[in-house]
Amino acid sequence: MAKQHITTTINGEEAEYLCEAQETLLDVLRDQVGLTGTKEGCSSGDCGACSVMLDGRLVCSCLVLGVEAEGKTVETIEGMADGEELHPLQQKFLEEAALQCGFCTPGVLVAAKALLDVNDDPTETEVRYWLAGNLCRCTGYDKIIRAVMDTAADLRGASA
Amino acid sequence: MNEQAKQFKFVGTRPIRPDGVDKVTGRAMYGADLTLPGMLEGKVVRSPHAHARIKSIDTSKAEALNGVKSVVTAADMPEAESKPVAAGEAMINFRDLAENVIARHKVFYEGQTVAAVAATSNEIAERAAALIEVEYEVLPHVIDVLDAMKDDAPVLHDHIFTGGVTPKPEKPSNVANRVEFALGDIDAGFAAADIVIERKFTTEPVHQAYIEPHAVVADMGPDGKADVWCSSQGHFMVRSFCAGLLKIEMSKIKVSAAEIGGGFGGKTTVYLEPLAIMLSRKAGRPVRMVMSREEIFRASGPTSGAAMTIKIGATKDGRITAGDATLCLQAGAFPGSPVGPAAMTAFAPYDLENVRVVGFDVVSNRPKVVAYRAPGAPISEYAVESVVDELASELGLDPIEFRAKNGAKEGTQAAYGVKFGTIGMQETLEAAKATEHYKIPLGPNQGRGVATGFWFNIGGESCAGIRINEDGSVSLTEGSPDIGGSRASMAIMAAEVLGIDVAKIKPSVVDTDATGYHFVTGGSRVTFATGMAVVDASKAAIDELRARAAKIWDVDVDGVVWEDGHAKPASTNVGDFEPMSLAEIAAIANKTGGPISGHADINAKGAGPGFGTHICDVEVDPDTGFVTVLRYTAVQDVGRAIHPSYVEGQLQGGAAQGIGWALNEAYMYDEDGKLENAGFLDYRVPVASDLPMIDTILVEIPNPTHPFGVRGVGEVPIIPPLAAVNNAVAAATGVRFTALPLSPPAILAGTGAGD
Ligand code: FES
Ligand code: FES
Repeated sequence: MAKQHITTTINGEEAEYLCEAQETLLDVLRDQVGLTGTKEGCSSGDCGACSVMLDGRLVCSCLVLGVEAEGKTVETIEGMADGEELHPLQQKFLEEAALQCGFCTPGVLVAAKALLDVNDDPTETEVRYWLAGNLCRCTGYDKIIRAVMDTAADLRGASA
Repeated sequence: MNEQAKQFKFVGTRPIRPDGVDKVTGRAMYGADLTLPGMLEGKVVRSPHAHARIKSIDTSKAEALNGVKSVVTAADMPEAESKPVAAGEAMINFRDLAENVIARHKVFYEGQTVAAVAATSNEIAERAAALIEVEYEVLPHVIDVLDAMKDDAPVLHDHIFTGGVTPKPEKPSNVANRVEFALGDIDAGFAAADIVIERKFTTEPVHQAYIEPHAVVADMGPDGKADVWCSSQGHFMVRSFCAGLLKIEMSKIKVSAAEIGGGFGGKTTVYLEPLAIMLSRKAGRPVRMVMSREEIFRASGPTSGAAMTIKIGATKDGRITAGDATLCLQAGAFPGSPVGPAAMTAFAPYDLENVRVVGFDVVSNRPKVVAYRAPGAPISEYAVESVVDELASELGLDPIEFRAKNGAKEGTQAAYGVKFGTIGMQETLEAAKATEHYKIPLGPNQGRGVATGFWFNIGGESCAGIRINEDGSVSLTEGSPDIGGSRASMAIMAAEVLGIDVAKIKPSVVDTDATGYHFVTGGSRVTFATGMAVVDASKAAIDELRARAAKIWDVDVDGVVWEDGHAKPASTNVGDFEPMSLAEIAAIANKTGGPISGHADINAKGAGPGFGTHICDVEVDPDTGFVTVLRYTAVQDVGRAIHPSYVEGQLQGGAAQGIGWALNEAYMYDEDGKLENAGFLDYRVPVASDLPMIDTILVEIPNPTHPFGVRGVGEVPIIPPLAAVNNAVAAATGVRFTALPLSPPAILAGTGAGD
C-alpha cells in the first residue's frame, strides 16, 4: 500500500514523514522521526509511557495513527526543555528523585505538564487521578506526586 | 581502614543523579531505542498450547516472503548440555535455559518460543511469523501447583526424578526437588506451646511488570564477532548465557548495557538475545527484537505461586516455641523456583529454637519463573507473618511487641545456617512502634496491620576503574546496569574516598570489553559490592597519587598521606611541603610516570542482612469488598544510606509492588492452560490513584564489613506488604484470609457479605 505523506508540527518545528495507514503515531515518532524519548510500554493505551500532546490534548500516541497528525501540532518530551533550560517539572523530578529507572518518566512529565497547564493548584487526589493512566513500577508514585505538587507550588509562588 | 567512624561530606547527601538530565529529557537510550543502518526487525513464533509435542516446523513459506532475511528454529541452535548455572539468586539447568529460549521437541507452556524470523520491517516479520507452520500433538497439561504434585498428573519432563529424597524415586515427577532446613526439635517445641495455630495459604504468580519491554539489538559480522545492545540486569550474564547457548567464545561477544526500564529480577536471564544473534548471523545484518506486553506476560517472568502450610506454637506469655512450614512453589515449565530462599527466609526474622521448613520445587505448564525482588521471601514470609499476627492477637499482645520479644538479634542462630552478626530487626520494630502512624485512631471498617521482612542480601563479583584525568576530573567505570540511581551512589562513594567534589566524578556503566565480570544487578548487591569495588579502586588511585607526590617531593611514599583531596606530608619530619591537590598532581602526571588510575576487581563478601517492618492501614468497603490502603509506613535497616532519596525510593517502590501482590495481581488461566489476562488492563498493577503516600524511616545500623556500612536495600521492602495488608484486612473485617490476592469478590466471600 502506498505510504501517505504527512505534514505536521513537532515540538514547534514543521515536520514531514511518510507513513503507512496503520502505523501509530508512536511508531512514527520513534522510527521515522527519530524521537525515541516517547516510550512504548504496552501499545494498548494502558501504561501512558507513550504520552504526547496532540493539538494541546494529552493522548497515548500508541492509540493515535500517524496519519492523524496531519496539520496538527505534536509535543513530545524532547520539546519540554528550552535548550539547556529544563522545564520546572524536569528540574523538580531530578531534585526530588522522582524517577528510578526513568522509563515512565517522559510520559509522566508530559502528562504532569498537561495537568499544570490547566490546574495550577491541584490537590494530591487530583494529581493521583490525573496520572492514573501513567504506570510507574519503580517509585510507588510517592516522589512523583510530591514533585508535581511542589512544582505547582513553585510556579504559583513565581507568578504571585 | 574503616571509614564508618568518620564524618561524611558526601555520603548521605542527595545530589542530582549523573544520568538524570538524560532521563528527564528523553535522551537516555533504552533497549529499543537503538537503530543501526540496515537493521532488521525480529519476531518470535510462540506456542498456542500449554503442553504439546512439536511434530514438525515448516518455515518455507515464511522464507519465501519478500523482505524476510532469516529464520531460526531449534535446529539452528547447538544442543545444550545439562549443567547447573546461576540465574539471579536461583540455580537453573543450562539445557532448560536453552529450551526456554527456543523449544526443541516439546512446548511446555503457552507462549514458549518455537521459531524466530527477521525481516526488513515489523509488519513483514509479523506476516512471516504467521506463515511458519508448526504441527503439534497436544498433550494433557497441568497448571496448579498442588495438581501438578498429584500422582496421576501429566508429567512434563521424563528425566526429572525428585531430588533431595532418598532413595531416588523410580518414577519421574513434576516435583523437581525437595529442600529442608531444620533447627532443634519441633515436636518438643509444639508440646511446650500453650497455643498452636496452623493455616494453609495460597499465593498466585505475579509478574515483575517492569514498564520497559525486553529489547535487544544484535549485530554479528562475517568474522563471527557479535555486538549486542540490550537492557538487562547484567550484560555479563547476557554475554555468558549467549556464549554458552551458541557455543561462541566470550571474547567474541561484546554486550553493551542499554539503560534499563525496570527489571526487579525479571531481566536476570535471556529470552531474545541469543535469537537476535542467530538471526543476525544468518542474515548478515543487525537485528532488533522487542517483546510486546502480551509476550512479556505470556513468556517472561513471573514469580511463583504457592501452596503452603504454616504451624506456629507459642506460650501464653508470648514466646514462640516452634515453627513448621511446608512450602510448595511453582517453578513454571522448568525446575528452579525460589523455594530455597523461600524456605531459608521463612522464619529468619525470629530467634527460634525449634524450626522446620520443607520446600518443594514443582514444575507445571506455565512460563518458567524468574527472580522477582527477594525471590521466594515475600511468599513464605507472608504466610508466616500472617500466623504470627494471628498468634499475637489470640494472645492479646501488641503485634510489634510480640515480634520484638521473639525477634532475631545479634547472635541469633537462623535455621538456614548462619548466626546473625550486627542486624537491625529490633531497631526497625522500635522505630515502627514510635511512629505517629502507629498511634492514629482508626474508624469503622478500618484496620491496621504490621509485618516484618528479612532478606540476606548478597555480594559477588564487581569491578571498578578510577581514572584521574589531566584536568583533575575523574572517570569512574563499572559494569552494573543502573536500575535506580546506582551511578549516583558510586559517584558519592568515590568522592568521599578521594576527597573531591561529587560533581567532578563521572560514572559510566561500560560494556563487557571494558571492565571485568560483574554478577547481575540483583540480590540488592550493587551499592554494596560494586560500591566496595569503587572504594577499593579509589584507594588504589590515592596510593598512586601519593606515590606521585612522594616523587615530586623526593620523599618516601610512606611519608605522604591523603586528606581532603590533597597529598600532604605525614608529619613535619617528612619535610615542609605545600599540600598538592588531586588536580595539581594530575596536571603534571606525564612528568611523574604517566596516566594515574586505580582499579579493583573483587568478589565481595559480607553482605549485611536486611530487616524491615511495615505498617499498613486499610479500609474495607463492607458492601463491595474493595480494600483501600489509607496509610503506609515502611521502616528498614538500610545500614547506611549513600543517597537517601534513592533508598527511600526503593522502600516506596517495593511497598507498592507488595501492595499490588496483596490486592490485585494474579495470573489467570482458562481450562486449556492459556493465560487470560496478558495485558495491563486485566493484570492490574497499582496506579497512582490506588495508593497513599508511602512514608519511610531509614534506620541505620552500619554493616561492619562495608567501608561505609552499606546493606542492600532493594529487596526487603517487597516482603512485608503482603502480610501487612493481610493483617490490616483481618483487623478491619475480623476475618483471617489465607489466599492472595485480596480481591473484592474474595473479601465478600470471606466476610459472607456477598451471599
Ligand atoms: S504504550 Fe501507549 S499506553 Fe502504553
Ligand atoms: S521510574 Fe521506573 S517505571 Fe517509573
